[in-house]
Amino acid sequence: MSFIDAVFQYEFLQKALLTSTMVGILCGVIGCFIILRGMALMGDAISHAVLPGVAISYALGVNFFLGAVLTGVLTAIGIGFVSQNSRIKNDISIGIMFTAAFALGIVLITLMKSSTDLYHILFGNVLAVRPSDMWITLGIGLFVLSTIYLFYKELLITSFDSTMSAAYGLPIKWIHYFLMTLLTMVTVASLQTVGIVLVVAMLITPAATAYLLTERLWIMLYLSAGFGVISSVIGLYFSFTYNLSSGATIVLVSTFLFLVTFSFSPKHGLLWRTLKSKRKKKELANQPKIMLKEN
Amino acid sequence: MKEFQYCFFLPQLFPSVNFVVFGQFLIRGESFMVSAITVNHLNVSYHGNDAIQNVSFSVSPGKLVGIIGPNGAGKSTLLKALLELIPRDTGEILMEGKDISEVRKRIAYVPQRSNIDWDFPITVIDTVLLGTYPNLGIFKRPKKKEKALANNCLEKVGMGEFANRQIGELSGGQQQRVFMARALAQQADIFFLDEPFVGIDVSSEKTIVTILKELRDSGKTVLVVHHDLSKANDYFDELILLNKELIGVGEVEKVFRSEILAKAYNTQFPFFKEIEVQL
Repeated sequence: MSFIDAVFQYEFLQKALLTSTMVGILCGVIGCFIILRGMALMGDAISHAVLPGVAISYALGVNFFLGAVLTGVLTAIGIGFVSQNSRIKNDISIGIMFTAAFALGIVLITLMKSSTDLYHILFGNVLAVRPSDMWITLGIGLFVLSTIYLFYKELLITSFDSTMSAAYGLPIKWIHYFLMTLLTMVTVASLQTVGIVLVVAMLITPAATAYLLTERLWIMLYLSAGFGVISSVIGLYFSFTYNLSSGATIVLVSTFLFLVTFSFSPKHGLLWRTLKSKRKKKELANQPKIMLKEN
Repeated sequence: MKEFQYCFFLPQLFPSVNFVVFGQFLIRGESFMVSAITVNHLNVSYHGNDAIQNVSFSVSPGKLVGIIGPNGAGKSTLLKALLELIPRDTGEILMEGKDISEVRKRIAYVPQRSNIDWDFPITVIDTVLLGTYPNLGIFKRPKKKEKALANNCLEKVGMGEFANRQIGELSGGQQQRVFMARALAQQADIFFLDEPFVGIDVSSEKTIVTILKELRDSGKTVLVVHHDLSKANDYFDELILLNKELIGVGEVEKVFRSEILAKAYNTQFPFFKEIEVQL
């Protein structure tokens, strides 16, 4: 049975498709701001740091969304606190704090639940998406996208020139932590689809691919969301057809898109850059001779 | 009209001063002006190390002022402290007689070129358009009016033809002119520029100086952090000479003298005596 037939026939596949499309858009859009602010590592950190929150929520019987956002944001604050109050640089601080949070999460989950749950949280299982998960993802999606739409101007200027933004009175620290909160929410939305470990790939790879193709932020946002969706849908196809982990197939498709762009992008691609510099060298090689003759 | 505005908020500033005095000010009209920037006993430190010690000065509106001093003298720190981008230990800063939070949007700030990510996906015209953001409300996007303004400002610095380039494709001087255009688009009353002439070509420097002088002539106040002594006396009306402490402040003729400059520089340059001869 073909993938398309299966989509029409099975409700679980429809849910998986809808959820992973949403995740593709969300990660693509928020990922642009993450890489432009030089916070790729921070994306990795926050995504891992939601694990203890998820565990605690399970234990308390509340929606795991609450706990995840809480520990995600706390970790972001902890990272900032350590690097601002000592000689420890930001990347070191990230390395310390997120591994600590992640380790705590693993201990908590193994104490409370079976290891199958841990496996699903870490690596995602989009084909087992429950209706409630799907609605959470859609809800988070709408919230995050409309916030980015409303605060686009502020996000753009604080990402590009934070000093000017602060000079005219924007609360850049609050905007940073607000973005971290959005990032945590996106991670939670992606739990089922790609899992904690690989969500950072969905945040960074489509955005980086788009970054190689355009000089305008809003185009980058659309392209990145597009690459996210393409990766999700094709990845889901491979996952379903060959019975592979959905997170892994989705990430591999997005990596493939990146590599193609990296090689052939018109302006920043490897191929054109090499061709251009070769042409330039040829030009220069011809010029001195003429000048010598003139002398 | 201006005098009337001043007399409205003056009583709040100097509540102890007799009102009759204000009458005299009003009659004398133009002779009285609230200073654009007033700094009283400013102290700034980084982790307990002094960066600025007990600095006081005031700048009248309509002046083009250079902040000069040797490396590590705290010039950029002073600029950032004025904008309250970094906290101060003690001291008072007033802009147009008010707390800075009230006038922030009317201060344009041009950062050092090295602080910008030149690979950012943004075009020249969109960079200039950022200058209109402070005066746009939250949730509001730049419309036709703002875009026309940005185009005008870009033309003014002679960069109109580069509008759709990515900013990283420009030369250093062109980049600095684009940032000058962005400051113009903010339609500010006070301009702060941090080392605008570092690593730029002669014609860009000329363009920017001309614009700064035009701004000054139209009554704006301009503060420029400048490290190069050679042109300081051509460019500025007044100088703030800094080496952690305030060494000298006032009109260029009074401050730009070898014996005063030596006080700021000779600890760093043992060979200063030679330069002094040229001055």
